[in-house]
Amino acid sequence: MKTLMSGNEAIARGAWEAGVRFASAYPGTPSTEILENMARYREVRSQWSVNEKTALEAALGASLGGVRALCAMKHVGLNVAADPLFSSSYTGVNSGLVIVTADDPGCHSSQNEQDNRYYARAAKLPLIEPSDSQEALDFTRIAFELSEEYDTPVLLRVTTRIAHGKSPVATGERTDAKAPAYERTMAKYVLVPAVARPRHAAVEERLARLQAYAESSPINRIEWGSRRLGIISGGAAYQYAREVLGDNASYLKLGMGYPFPDALVRSFISQVEQVVVVEELEPFLEQAVRALGMGAEHRIEGKSLIPCTGELDSRTVALSLAPVSAAAKCGPADLSAPGRQAEQVVGRPPMFCAGCPHRGVFYELGKLPVMVSGDIGCYALGAMPPFSAMDTCIDMGASITAGLGFQTALDILRPDRPARTIAVIGDSTFFHSGMTGLLDAAYNDVGVITIILDNRITAMTGHQENPGSGFTLSGAPAREAQLAAVVRAIGIEMVQTIDPFDLSQVREAVAAAMDSPGPSVIIARGPCALLRRLAVKRPVYRVDQDTCRRCKACLRVACPALYVEGESVQIDAETCVGCGVCSQVCRFGSIKQAGAAEDGDE
Amino acid sequence: MMSDTTNVMLVGVGGQGTILASRVLAQLLLDAGFDVKMSEVHGMAQRGGSVTTHVRFGVRVAAPTISPGQAHFILAFECMEAARYAHYLTKDGVIIANTRRIPSLPILIGREAYPDDIASRLTALGVNVHWLDASTVAADLGNVRVENTVLLGAFSTFLAFPEDAWAQALRTVIPAKHIELNLAAFAAGRRLTHQ
Repeated sequence: MKTLMSGNEAIARGAWEAGVRFASAYPGTPSTEILENMARYREVRSQWSVNEKTALEAALGASLGGVRALCAMKHVGLNVAADPLFSSSYTGVNSGLVIVTADDPGCHSSQNEQDNRYYARAAKLPLIEPSDSQEALDFTRIAFELSEEYDTPVLLRVTTRIAHGKSPVATGERTDAKAPAYERTMAKYVLVPAVARPRHAAVEERLARLQAYAESSPINRIEWGSRRLGIISGGAAYQYAREVLGDNASYLKLGMGYPFPDALVRSFISQVEQVVVVEELEPFLEQAVRALGMGAEHRIEGKSLIPCTGELDSRTVALSLAPVSAAAKCGPADLSAPGRQAEQVVGRPPMFCAGCPHRGVFYELGKLPVMVSGDIGCYALGAMPPFSAMDTCIDMGASITAGLGFQTALDILRPDRPARTIAVIGDSTFFHSGMTGLLDAAYNDVGVITIILDNRITAMTGHQENPGSGFTLSGAPAREAQLAAVVRAIGIEMVQTIDPFDLSQVREAVAAAMDSPGPSVIIARGPCALLRRLAVKRPVYRVDQDTCRRCKACLRVACPALYVEGESVQIDAETCVGCGVCSQVCRFGSIKQAGAAEDGDE
Repeated sequence: MMSDTTNVMLVGVGGQGTILASRVLAQLLLDAGFDVKMSEVHGMAQRGGSVTTHVRFGVRVAAPTISPGQAHFILAFECMEAARYAHYLTKDGVIIANTRRIPSLPILIGREAYPDDIASRLTALGVNVHWLDASTVAADLGNVRVENTVLLGAFSTFLAFPEDAWAQALRTVIPAKHIELNLAAFAAGRRLTHQ
């Protein structure tokens, strides 16, 4: 009996079946559901860490301590965790350690399209890439075996389509992993130079053994079809190639893309007339293929045909392969026909929800002549019209530090005309990597103003708990980090806590901060509108059509509950949650709480 | 070739329940013994953005997504979304579309108007569209949120699965406390297209 599982569910299941006892992550699309699913297994101690670096260090520590450990993150999260990643390659493991990176070709929910397969090569770790949910489960189990057999962390790489795509899975049973005793081993775990030098040699020797494994492992397989065309591929790209060519090609499907199985690839290339390396994003496999030096005698294509930007799909792969295979087809569509053109209709970008605590902050910031240094979270929508109130959005935590730099540049270039930089950062992002930047600002006395948008949850990835929310991943009550106390302890003297639904509080707090030359912090504390446990039932608002002047100024708050009907503005009572921001921007007092007059009836 | 594969797209607006409807469909197909792939994109979906789910089924399904020109069916939960994805249809593909109009951000802030000509434009393109008012049917049943299941019921008459199989899939996916309303919504939707 098979069940339909996403790749993320299957990875969690595979880890559980492999006897994992510890799992850690910081949420990030498309990886978040791995830990959410892990948390369902009571045999596993699962935790949200404050960032990917702390998550990976904790997982490595758990492995050294003797339990199998899984650590998951999105692709850019591995940048944050790169330091322990490279060191863990040298220390090796005690119990098995698998690190999952979920890449996001197409930037569905990310700031870049980096290809994390390169991390495996750079850190000299084995790279495992499943192509569907069944493989996600099976390969996770294999990864734990490999980790222990070869004394190495294993990098399991998925992409959005594998992580979020659902396909049938046959599950297995949990096997309790043995818990190897920990022994103090300075020559392995204490990476001082005298230890690190010989460990590097050990890593090289390990790679050679792993390469031998890659040559004969069933995780790398050849599927013979027509030998006129050979496809070398892995991950989601393999599925598109398979879809497009069926049996009109032969496939070398690499479930393990690093170390590279040189002999297997040579053998495959020599048995087909021509070769195309089909892979998403970078020419990672192609470079390894070309390094074999067979290009003079064999026609080998790769990024000469397949785009290195954006997400692949069947049609893109079919069109790319058309020059080398007349058999390349894309389902019922005729490749030579352009097909229907996309209809031009009004766009539907995401927007702040009705009752979102960020709305009022960005409404006010949009009116000020300041540089707004943004960060990663729902509030990046503040950059969009009608707010257009953000200058930068770079990476997790960069709002404060990039803001610090920008403020310094302003101070250098315009000492006579004071200008200010305002950093906006969410609560979870602040804990992730904003605190250190704020310490920089306090320590160096740079007058960047930081607004912490404390909506009591990690919202954008779908409501994950964080150190300030009062709950753990499993829903147990947790110590609640106190933002104001943290900020003060860092050295910020001016700390204002405000209600972001009250626009006058927002204005006054920002004005006070701008009057103060040093670094300061405003904590805008209001729960995410979608967070049910903190939802307050408030009367909804309505437009008094008798006094409304039809100026439509209220539309500048871009609330999904407000809409235009003919010349008048209406409020949809089903959507409105009564936050009251729109009523505060109406200069004529025409937006009123519905039922306010009828209160006496109850 | 994978020409035995059937491709269904579900398109709508964040919060309309497209993903739940996709899960019911995928469960039905899995129960019926097909290979199934379902692809959705999370991220900002809850923030009122455009949401799409791809469901593919057949003897063996390789690619996780549907390319333009490949969809045999589009189940559109909102009027404008029906047009946005019409180019994904095969030449003879069918759209089952809800007449509900949900204004998007540029419309809400008064920079654009909601287009009045969606139906005529799709007709002019030669697209086979079945329009229905699933939202009103759902509201009449007591909760507009089950418009997703009404649409699924309307779509069900285009596939050759018995009503029992659909009911089973609904029971597997939908929480017990909502199942009766959803079964009623499904039946009501089925009547909309059942000739």
